[in-house]
Amino acid sequence: MLSKTLYGAAKSAAARHVVPNGARTMATAATVTSDIFKPTKFGGKYTVTLIPGDGIGAEVADSVKQIFKADNVPVDWDQVDVTGFGDKKDAELLFQQSVDSLKRNKVGLKGILYTPIERSGHQSFNVALRQALDIYASVVLIKNMPGYSTRHSNVDMCIIRENTEGEYSGLEHQPVAGVVESLKIVTKMKSERISKFAFSFAVANNRKKVTCIHKANIMKLADGLFRSTFHEVSQQFKQLEVNDMIVDNASMQAVSWPQQFDVLVMPNLYGSILSNIGAALVGGPGIIPGCNMGREHAVFEPGCRHVGLDIQGRDQANPTAMLLSATMMLRHLGLDDHASRITKAVYDTIKDGQVRTKDMGGNNTTQEFTKAILDKMETL
Amino acid sequence: MSFCRNAVRSANGRFTSSMRPRVALVLGARTYASGSGKPVAQFLGEKNSRGNYTVSFIEGDGIGPEISQSVKRIYEAAKVPIEWESIDVTPIIKNGKTAIPDAAIESIKKNFVALKGPLATPVGKGHVSLNLTLRRTFNLFANVRPCRSVPGFKTPYDNVDTVLIRENTEGEYSGIEHEVVDGVVQSIKLITKPASERVLKFGFQYAESIGKPWVRAVHKATIMKMSDGLFLSTAEDVAKEFPAVKFDSELLDNTCLKMVTDPSYYQPMVLVMPNLYGDIVSDMCAGLIGGLGLTPSANIGDTCSIFEAVHGSAPDIAGKDKANPTALLLSSMMMLQHMGLNEFAVKINKAIMETLAEGKALTGDLKGTASTTQYTDAIISKL
Repeated sequence: MLSKTLYGAAKSAAARHVVPNGARTMATAATVTSDIFKPTKFGGKYTVTLIPGDGIGAEVADSVKQIFKADNVPVDWDQVDVTGFGDKKDAELLFQQSVDSLKRNKVGLKGILYTPIERSGHQSFNVALRQALDIYASVVLIKNMPGYSTRHSNVDMCIIRENTEGEYSGLEHQPVAGVVESLKIVTKMKSERISKFAFSFAVANNRKKVTCIHKANIMKLADGLFRSTFHEVSQQFKQLEVNDMIVDNASMQAVSWPQQFDVLVMPNLYGSILSNIGAALVGGPGIIPGCNMGREHAVFEPGCRHVGLDIQGRDQANPTAMLLSATMMLRHLGLDDHASRITKAVYDTIKDGQVRTKDMGGNNTTQEFTKAILDKMETL
Repeated sequence: MSFCRNAVRSANGRFTSSMRPRVALVLGARTYASGSGKPVAQFLGEKNSRGNYTVSFIEGDGIGPEISQSVKRIYEAAKVPIEWESIDVTPIIKNGKTAIPDAAIESIKKNFVALKGPLATPVGKGHVSLNLTLRRTFNLFANVRPCRSVPGFKTPYDNVDTVLIRENTEGEYSGIEHEVVDGVVQSIKLITKPASERVLKFGFQYAESIGKPWVRAVHKATIMKMSDGLFLSTAEDVAKEFPAVKFDSELLDNTCLKMVTDPSYYQPMVLVMPNLYGDIVSDMCAGLIGGLGLTPSANIGDTCSIFEAVHGSAPDIAGKDKANPTALLLSSMMMLQHMGLNEFAVKINKAIMETLAEGKALTGDLKGTASTTQYTDAIISKL
């Protein structure tokens, strides 16, 4: 069971590191006096940006809305229906609205937006959003669900991924036809703050070990900087066990002996790879929650970041990832009672095993699964 | 487009025109019928006066000599028309750079093919890894990594049968990096059309040669629109030359997710991908079947190809007759296939699989008690 401290900690870990980091390396950072994470409450309610996203987004967001309503969660949704499809100009306008909304509300719940492959298409809104809000730390929780057995048991790892640079810099050019350079950017400042975040997170959640994932044997400067910065920062956290591992070995270890991992911290691309491997170990992207934390904003989204176009509109999607991300958000807002009740209802429903969506080997629809959670909540 | 064709042609055109007809004869067993243009990385070797091919053999360090002995004995028993030429690749420093002795280079250049046991990379003294040196010397552009469940060795995954081809000369491994200002590093991923075209073309050829009906390009073009976009668009172009092979593409995220969820889905496919993704996913696939100890690998170059076991030299059990020669044996099966000696590959492979499935003569790493010699004997008895 995902413990209460687990959810609360992302917040405290992020908040904790802000002060020293802001003072030391970020000239632009404002002085932090109060809890910057606490958004304003109006009429006893928080306003939260809701971006359902493309694919299965609308369906699983509906599930969250229903459940929040049934539990009288004091949250008003500020919904922005931005999409990665359609006319580029319209899409970019809506995207800007969603950024504005998040800047205003500071907290958001988000599905995944489709990204076109075409070069003429817009850049990934998912990435642009993270860069615009500087929500630099992605946290993905990978843990076996009680009552739902997969090939591996006792998996409990947490992937912390740098979210704003690395391979996702978006800097590419073609010096001559048929030759393309893509820049991977690694900076000391961002490596330092993600490492600090990871260590603080580990401490706050009673985790024992932090592993840095890299490819410093090949990218000696870039990943070398990430790795050496990680080890430098680790000096401030002597109570934790620290090691590092090359990403190809880590991927091999993840599918053969995932139990060895605790907290993992890594540059952007490796996070994408390992969170997908991790999701597959415990049952797929439908059950993996996640969030993106920045200095001022927090956006909660399914950890595995799949759009799910293939099952869109079929009432088949598993809303668990979105629901658990939403409960992480509730803890972030200090609404722990609601979070606990909803989390327990989700876990109990899965444990009962009577009602399950297709990805978990069941035959039930998204709506039936949501209904089962609602029924369960009435008994709690 | 024509620029690229020419580039591929010149990249592949190291042999003289007088050799070509004979090449076609040697290749008789393999068909490239559906691919227009010249195939890449054909085997160019010829039989000697005794009707045998000569193969350079880098026996390697640690357990290398033992497992090499095992391969030699099995080949002798199966009457494979191959003569071995042992070569030493202990690195030398030439003009301040790590290099392979000239004799070794000459041998591989002459034979066009080599089998290689594990090498221990000397630590320190600025040695570049030998693998990298070999890769550069012979321009080994594609790394082929099949992973197949080993009968009798239980892992959480059954029925794994994947083939992955990794571009091996550029991408994230370009080695172009610099520190722009203090604390800011740029690392350049280099994708070129000629290199992409070459490896993809090989991917399609390989799929046809092993009877897989489907090639899938793995990319991250949503994020790296230009670089992975170029790889992807090149794949789409190359696919048109192979109408008999099904082609599609997939985001790296999905490949990782689906491979670990259900590897059997990838059974009909050959996956082709840029360098880093290939490095990671191929090791991950090896993890599915129990690690690097049982996975073969081929490094395909324009003219020369090197087949090797990817595991380490295991100095702790060296000389104790305990090592498992399976990975090297399976690599040599890929070599036989590359050389057009399919019938021998099929025969030996069957004997290996039967021995493993029977489980009576397994080595220590597969929780058995047999020695390398006993395991080898068991395979020979099944030939």
